[in-house]
Amino acid sequence: MTQGFYEILSNVMIAKDIYEMVLGGDTSAITAPGQFINIKIAGFYLRRPISICDWDEKTITILFKTVGEGTMRLSEMKAGEKLDILVGLGNGFNPEACGDRPLLVGGGIGTPPMYGLCKRLLAMGKKPSVILGFASECDVVYEEKFKELGVETRIATVDGSRGVKGFVTHAMEGLSYDYFYACGPIPMLHALCDATDTSGEVSFEERMGCGFGACMGCTCKTKYGNKRICRDGPVLKKEEVIW
Amino acid sequence: MVTNTKVTLCGIEMDNPVIPASGTFGFGYEFAELYDINCLGTFSFKGTTRDPRFGNPTPRIAECPEGMLNAVGLQNPGVDAVIANELPKLAKCFHKPVMANVSGFSKEEYIETCEKLSAIESVGWIEVNISCPNVHGGGMSFGTSAQAAADVTKAVRAVTKKPLIIKLSPNVTDIASIAKACEAEGADGISLINTLLGMRIDLRKRKPLLANKTGGYSGPAIKPVAVRMVYQVYDAVKIPIVGMGGVSTAEDVIEMMLAGATAVEVGAANLVNPFACKEIIEDLPHVMEKYNIQNLSDIIGAAH
Repeated sequence: MTQGFYEILSNVMIAKDIYEMVLGGDTSAITAPGQFINIKIAGFYLRRPISICDWDEKTITILFKTVGEGTMRLSEMKAGEKLDILVGLGNGFNPEACGDRPLLVGGGIGTPPMYGLCKRLLAMGKKPSVILGFASECDVVYEEKFKELGVETRIATVDGSRGVKGFVTHAMEGLSYDYFYACGPIPMLHALCDATDTSGEVSFEERMGCGFGACMGCTCKTKYGNKRICRDGPVLKKEEVIW
Repeated sequence: MVTNTKVTLCGIEMDNPVIPASGTFGFGYEFAELYDINCLGTFSFKGTTRDPRFGNPTPRIAECPEGMLNAVGLQNPGVDAVIANELPKLAKCFHKPVMANVSGFSKEEYIETCEKLSAIESVGWIEVNISCPNVHGGGMSFGTSAQAAADVTKAVRAVTKKPLIIKLSPNVTDIASIAKACEAEGADGISLINTLLGMRIDLRKRKPLLANKTGGYSGPAIKPVAVRMVYQVYDAVKIPIVGMGGVSTAEDVIEMMLAGATAVEVGAANLVNPFACKEIIEDLPHVMEKYNIQNLSDIIGAAH
């Protein structure tokens, strides 16, 4: 983990209430896709944990949804402004854990970390397929970005306005995979774990105090003992999750 | 000007008065990865109980103006695991006497936990928390009456020769009388304030934000309450005071000491800025110079 000031390079709305922000600065503390950053927003006491969508040597891309006053303020910030950020938090996904054909599943604002993971799996020579689930067409993010990577990308929407009508588990038919990675709402993660025969990794969300393991604000029980979502997670193995 | 930040707390000299508060610093390792925590005066480790505790269901955290509510509920591995696993690990990254923070649900439990931690050489002080607002049937209920506070103090005094500091709750009508009761039963120091009992409600769900419904309010918002209570307790007792509540800067440390604190704990600030204590310690000599303070220990209670 490092702390630093990051310059906003761009901040644009890409779907209903969802923004893509690119930040410039040191990314050396990021060790795995699925990690997150913790952003201090002026006027708010606690930092806002946001998953890393993608990164390179000098930039970090995040997607965030405006759900409260803090993220609303973040959405109003302009290129050139700077943010105090803790970078490289959490364990992240393990791209080594899968075979040649991993399945990546993102639900709503759980989609972003799947993108950085997908790029790294491709770089390793693996052949991931992707299912993204949203409430409606207006909520869909990154469908084109995944398709540009050349991976099979299926969309499910609850109201059927785009792709398969229903949940991500309704869009799995005919896909062959040997492992899965997922991030999204807990009911989706639960349904997915029930619907899959393979092992996999799921990323959780919880209200956090510090984001780096000090306050015990986000502890959950697992089959392998108590885990802090911020430090020992946010990614847990399918086998250890207690639903 | 050559400044001296040393203070002596209950007979143990500290390089500076800055102490990360229990529950905001774990057992130190997360911070030791970021900076050399030997710069600290000491630190108060995660509140320890006789038996392992998972704590409360989540959400345990809610944001507030200039602060936060927490209802962690004393999650800890229990005193035996703390002694077997955490303290040996801590010994590798922290080489000063540490403050052991103890909580409990009965007098017997406080006694047993204090007795076990007293036998540990690296434990410098024992800070007995009779003020946790986030557990039911224990914690704060011992700290809200002078009689109950005196009973716990007397009981743990009998089993430890280590400096004994009693951590008080601000959720009381007369903090001075409770401090005096602890002093009368042999406490070597008083630390205050624990968090202020609070609640926030989710407007959409029409339910409390915290699963525990209530939580403890900490952060800069509560600093004036803390300064007032430290000031009141300083007038009431002769034993040293560890002041805390919203301390985030070197200026806050000095304010707390002027009110009467010998040492100062830093809590919520560690969670927002993991380097908070290091920065406060580095900043102290400059702020002392600004306010013409040569020896930090000279200003304890100077506002009276």
